[in-house]
Amino acid sequence: MTLSNPPSQEHGHQSHNLTGFIIFLCSESVIFLAFFSGYALLKTSALNWLPAGVEGLEVHAPLINTIVLVSSSGTIYLAERFKAKENMALFRGFWLLSMAMGAYFLYGQYVEWSGLQFGFTSGTFGGTFYLLTGFHGLHVATGIGLMGLMLVKSFIPGNYVGGEQGVEATSLFWHFVDVIWIILFLLIYVWQ
Amino acid sequence: MSIQNPLGHFVNGQGLWLTAVALSGVSSIMGAVNFVTTILRMRAPGMGFFRMPIFCWTALAAQSLQLIGLPALTGGAVMLLMDLTFGTSFYEPEGGGDPVLYQHFFWFYSHPAVYVIILPVFGIFSELFPVYSRKPLFGYVYVAVASFLIVGLGLVVWVHHIFPSGVAQWMRNFFMFSTMLIAVPTGVKVFAWLGTIWRGKLRLTTPMLFCLGGLFNFVFAGVTGIMLATVPVDIHVSNTYFVVGHFHYVIYGAAVMGIFAAIYHWFPKFTGRMPYEGLGKVHFLLTFVGANLNFLPMHPLGLMGMPRRVSSYDPEFAFWNVLASLGAFLLGVSIIPYLLNMLSSWVRGEKAPANPWNAIGLEWLLPSPPAEDNFGENVPTVIARPYGYGTGLPLVENQQSYEQALQEA
Repeated sequence: MTLSNPPSQEHGHQSHNLTGFIIFLCSESVIFLAFFSGYALLKTSALNWLPAGVEGLEVHAPLINTIVLVSSSGTIYLAERFKAKENMALFRGFWLLSMAMGAYFLYGQYVEWSGLQFGFTSGTFGGTFYLLTGFHGLHVATGIGLMGLMLVKSFIPGNYVGGEQGVEATSLFWHFVDVIWIILFLLIYVWQ
Repeated sequence: MSIQNPLGHFVNGQGLWLTAVALSGVSSIMGAVNFVTTILRMRAPGMGFFRMPIFCWTALAAQSLQLIGLPALTGGAVMLLMDLTFGTSFYEPEGGGDPVLYQHFFWFYSHPAVYVIILPVFGIFSELFPVYSRKPLFGYVYVAVASFLIVGLGLVVWVHHIFPSGVAQWMRNFFMFSTMLIAVPTGVKVFAWLGTIWRGKLRLTTPMLFCLGGLFNFVFAGVTGIMLATVPVDIHVSNTYFVVGHFHYVIYGAAVMGIFAAIYHWFPKFTGRMPYEGLGKVHFLLTFVGANLNFLPMHPLGLMGMPRRVSSYDPEFAFWNVLASLGAFLLGVSIIPYLLNMLSSWVRGEKAPANPWNAIGLEWLLPSPPAEDNFGENVPTVIARPYGYGTGLPLVENQQSYEQALQEA
């Protein structure tokens, strides 16, 4: 991995944006950790966890959603590999495919939400369910936005040297969002 | 914690407060990312981790705590905001929620926050004691590593703030133990500072006096801290002035005095002017006496049962309260010589040489105040640990050329 030296920085300091971004992601994971532990604590101490009339969550559609999202970690990895080989066409193709898979996930989330019998204010179950899936969905949307930005940047001639780290950071962010989803899926859908 | 929004307005005091908490949380996380990245990746050539000044170690430790603690507080604040605004029931018992969960989120950050305040002050003590004792810092490696033991332990002590809140007995036992354990790395540091002062050639300048006073107050706060860690004592004095007294010994007695020490120590470097010693010593005397007179009486008051956060008190508490008020007036007055000193010495103080305290460190190889961009193209290579007082060994490669350049300027 070679880091670029943008001429704007004095003394040819290496850019440490990626280090900073990794540290930020570590910090960001604690918010999810807080929400997860809140979920676990409220669930284990609840007398009536599910709201009246709710039998439990349907797992089939979310599982398909999960497979799509987790596979997008693979496609974004492939995109990065093609970029390293300077095959920009395939890079953009797989990059766009990853974006589409993220978008499909969000659409699936929306479909699931609109079919549910409980809302945000239906007790602690409803509250934590929408908080966790919503906060994660916000991250997915952010990831798609970042990917879009990097895609646009890849068409700007000459400006792409600085986009090197942006692509790496976006891809890291995407893996992060996927790992969080796996934990979330286990907590909410598997542990019923 | 109570959720109060009687008029049901969307924009209300608590909502604004929570938004502010979340926003300042985000900004502090950004600041912490910056500090940690800078310390990890942008050190001077030759400056390995174990050649860093202890202040960098403690800053790294404090900002790591911010990175781990703040997201939990921010997440908890977001959930409280949802309860308040959208009618969820994360913390509301009527809806199956748990108010103690909020206390956990709050204290998971807010106890480490105290270490975020005090750790850089430990760094200041570690920088200044060697300068004014003319000896290397005793046990440099232990002091450096102890900072991260404090980080690790500091993250698992928060429940001692909520012992009376109905937490499980195993939690009380565990967190009592972990809280007492944190006295070990802090004790290591205190011993290191005492070992540094021991048989040193002490120069009782204003910064050194503030350091010594701060250390004294910190040890006192440490003793009451151990008392508060003990569950039976804690439940007895919880929510009384004993807690207020303990806290103020740490925050004013140790942290604020340490920051004053740092201001006097680095003032010549910042401004190029020397602060007045006389005024500085008056400032120290008023601060030290005022702080002790203000905060010591809070301990007997707490043991007598005077609750905190009250606007008036019973006559039996009058004696100690009058003493504390006198101390508070002294503390107020102590700011006058300080402000006078800062303003007048900045305007017409004696011109400061590059290294007025005869200190060792990169900043003291630069003129006072340093030029923009500090060393420019001529960045020195560090070849030794900091605090080589009395050894005569250089800190950087070609140190003589840097010193010569300073003399010629």
